[in-house]
Amino acid sequence: MTITDRTASELLALQAAGDVSARAITDAFLAVIREREPTVQAFVQVDEAAARQQAEAVDAKRRAGAPLGPLAGVPVAVKDVLCTRGVRTTCSSRMLADYVPPYDAHVIERLRAADAVLIGKTNLDEFAMGSSTENSAFQVTRNPWDSTRIPGGSSGGSAAAVAAREAPLSLGTDTGGSIRQPASHCGIVGVKPTYGRVSRYGLVAFANSLDQIGPFARTVTDAARLLAVIAGHDARDSTSVDQSVPAYTQSLDQPLQNLRIGIPQEFLKTGLDAEVEAAVRAALREYQAQGATLVDVTLPHAAHHAIAVYYIVATAEASSNLARYDGMHFGHRTADKGDLIATMSRSRTEGFGPEVQRRIMLGTYALSSGYYDAYYLQAMKVRRLIAEEFATAFTQCDIIASPTSPTAAFPIGEKTADPLTMYLSDIYTISANLAGIPGVSLPCGFTSNGLPIGLQLLAPPFAEERLFRSARMYEAATDWHTRRPPL
Amino acid sequence: MAEPYKIVIGLEVHVQLLTKTKLFCGCRNQFGLPPNTATCPVCLGLPGSLPVMNRTAFQLALRAALALNCQMASFTKWDRKQYYYPDLPKNYQISQYDLPFSAEGWLEINIHPDPKKGHTPKRVGIIRAHLEEDAGKLLHDESGRGGDSRVDLNRTGTPLLEIVSKPEMNSAEEAVAYLEEIRLLMRELGVSDCEMQEGSLRCDANVNLHIPRSDEPHGYAATPLVEIKNLNSFRSVGRAIRYEAERQFSAFQNDPQNYRIGRLLKTTAGWDDARGRTEVQRHKEEAADYRYFPDPDLVPVTVSPEQIDAVRREMGELPSQQRVRLQTQYGLSPYDANVLTAKGRPMVAYFEAVATILNDGKQASHRISDLVFPALSERNEEMESFPIRATEFAGFIQATATLSKQDRVDLFTHMLEQGVNVAAAMEATGLKPATFDEATLRAAVIAAIGNNPKAVADYQSGKTAAANRIKGEVLKANKGAPNDLVQRLLEEELAKQ
Repeated sequence: MTITDRTASELLALQAAGDVSARAITDAFLAVIREREPTVQAFVQVDEAAARQQAEAVDAKRRAGAPLGPLAGVPVAVKDVLCTRGVRTTCSSRMLADYVPPYDAHVIERLRAADAVLIGKTNLDEFAMGSSTENSAFQVTRNPWDSTRIPGGSSGGSAAAVAAREAPLSLGTDTGGSIRQPASHCGIVGVKPTYGRVSRYGLVAFANSLDQIGPFARTVTDAARLLAVIAGHDARDSTSVDQSVPAYTQSLDQPLQNLRIGIPQEFLKTGLDAEVEAAVRAALREYQAQGATLVDVTLPHAAHHAIAVYYIVATAEASSNLARYDGMHFGHRTADKGDLIATMSRSRTEGFGPEVQRRIMLGTYALSSGYYDAYYLQAMKVRRLIAEEFATAFTQCDIIASPTSPTAAFPIGEKTADPLTMYLSDIYTISANLAGIPGVSLPCGFTSNGLPIGLQLLAPPFAEERLFRSARMYEAATDWHTRRPPL
Repeated sequence: MAEPYKIVIGLEVHVQLLTKTKLFCGCRNQFGLPPNTATCPVCLGLPGSLPVMNRTAFQLALRAALALNCQMASFTKWDRKQYYYPDLPKNYQISQYDLPFSAEGWLEINIHPDPKKGHTPKRVGIIRAHLEEDAGKLLHDESGRGGDSRVDLNRTGTPLLEIVSKPEMNSAEEAVAYLEEIRLLMRELGVSDCEMQEGSLRCDANVNLHIPRSDEPHGYAATPLVEIKNLNSFRSVGRAIRYEAERQFSAFQNDPQNYRIGRLLKTTAGWDDARGRTEVQRHKEEAADYRYFPDPDLVPVTVSPEQIDAVRREMGELPSQQRVRLQTQYGLSPYDANVLTAKGRPMVAYFEAVATILNDGKQASHRISDLVFPALSERNEEMESFPIRATEFAGFIQATATLSKQDRVDLFTHMLEQGVNVAAAMEATGLKPATFDEATLRAAVIAAIGNNPKAVADYQSGKTAAANRIKGEVLKANKGAPNDLVQRLLEEELAKQ
């Protein structure tokens, strides 16, 4: 087995045994990146020298007998919406094409402290707005399983990089499904933690009340390992919750007894692809075979209103967050300068892509005088109902299962002309962000075209441990996660 | 009233809080640093940065609002006020919109046009007080050559308390008194240094007139509201309001049908201090749409009754309470109590020490205003560094009890200028109470007894008060002689008669 087919856990063990150096691991992944990037285009930036330097530092520490962090020598790719000190952080936007942050995001600090090797910054839908990574200002990332198809989004680069064996681990962000949906489309594991579990300090905000940083990996264990490193309280994020982080990997292989799995009836009705539905139903039978019981639950508001609520709340917050990019203090400044307002307006028109502009306008409208009560306030009320609905459902079940996405990855360009259809593809994932609960997507089969299908599991707030254990129960009994894309 | 109209004034006051650090980050909150040196990712609004509330700032704000007799909210939140301006790097200001942490208070103001008439207290209602972050400063090229403007973001994110009064002030004097009271209160509470020149106290005035007209539904016609900005001193607040009232009155007289609230829009005017006039800046076409919404990066703040009690306990005596105490404890007039209070806590402490030694509050107050007030203003000095401390001053008052007011002033001036004590000053200037030896005084007493046989006879017949006539003659001839010594000698000599 080549190094790049190894999991992060295996890479740690190999290094500990002295069988391979961090430098050799990094070199192997850099070689794959060089070979596959022309096709996959997952990365917007790879600094080979910097990656090697970090790896060599880990090897030197090991030789000196110094204590090593929990991800020592393991390459991690990072979505280019997370600030990296001295390294461009573009958000895949023309607006921030040259932006170099003077500070590291909290999760980047954590990765450095864990002795991980930051191998590169990955592509995304501009400012994380999209479900296909087609909205990047720089490049279209390809699905490693079929390069004519999208990898999902907005964290498409991070998902594709892990699926393509360009990195064993990566970080994404999930505002409405932006980790789980690309994980599903790329046949890997993606986790959206509870809101407040991971500090957002240094994450360039799309929608602050929904954004959460989370891991991509090829196995549940690896994902748990990475979450354990980045989770925990950070005083610099007022919404970060001061609650201890369980040792996820220790309990992971203990199956949950008498697991009650909630099946939201509304999620298995319209618009669901038959092959996806069949794969998910087969996965549920596997759980039943392991002693789990299926419970019907009902999430009417989540099913019928989540997308509407999301596109008000998220765009309202985004319209405000993105106001700072006006060419004055940050961001692209137009060459065609006029008075203050004209200069700002032209800079923003040139710097933002069409989807970002669309969402800024939607959000501005929703917050405007005379519309606030009807849109934003109403959306916040329904949002609360959705959270309460999930809380009620979790009194009847331990986890909730559904497809991650109603279809497998669609062809590049298929939905770009129809934003609403694109928005609807997030139907199963969005409500978890509105409710602030954690979720995971893990591989549960393939379509007849050989495209991966994802199973989504949701749990109550801060029940990530339960999520990992139940995901691992399924993973241990199946081999979907061991399949390799045809690259 | 003298004018044929009633002025209606509401003030919006911004007070910069005296915290070590800014409202949402750890940068220094300090005036006068080199441009852009007190900044960090948070106050620069760098992508990815997040605000965290400064608890000390919130505590100070609670203290201020309690002193303004405000109702305190048990739940308050932060909102984004959104507008594009280059001094605001995020293009939104973190402020408080519909749930400010305090509302519905009042402040008692003291207007004292004439010491003899005493002061006239008046309560001015407070609509709300809320916290917000300050914007940065733009430095425009004023050479006229159209150079680039520069931005200094040191001030960005410093904590501001906005205090909005009800439109309940009716003269420039009341508006200035309100501002003076706010400044005194904030300084005494340690909330703000309130230096208008440095911008730590800022004020916008909303002004219009009610002009009595018997044929109007309310008995008066109201002129359109004008918001006056750019008020940089207490003096300019008074001048601007007086100017604006006259301007509005003549505008109304020129067009009484149309120059009215409701007919014309609210305008914003800048005060031009050099020209001494207000200049209309813009018409407020409609309420600006700031698209307020709750800041999702910050969590709401809950305030318990216990927290409020704790803040109240730490607050100490408020100026309004102090004024009453100075009257009851030391017998001061309302006017004197007000003047002392307005000078601040160090002055009041000085007064209380002097009054206690002299056992005479009125005398202490009068001597301090005769001698210490002018000395401080002449020397441009603060009470804390005044060289003659309370004990020495009380000793000076006792030692100079028999001197004329002018001699006392000259002696005090000499002490301050030469830096010497009272004994040395008396020696150097020769300004000292006459000394009397007992033998000389006894002779004077005997002579006076001889001059007043009728008084002696009255005294001997039991009218002891008659002795005062004799004593008065002795004291008149021996200015400054100790009263008790003369009394004793007189009693001894009368007994011998």
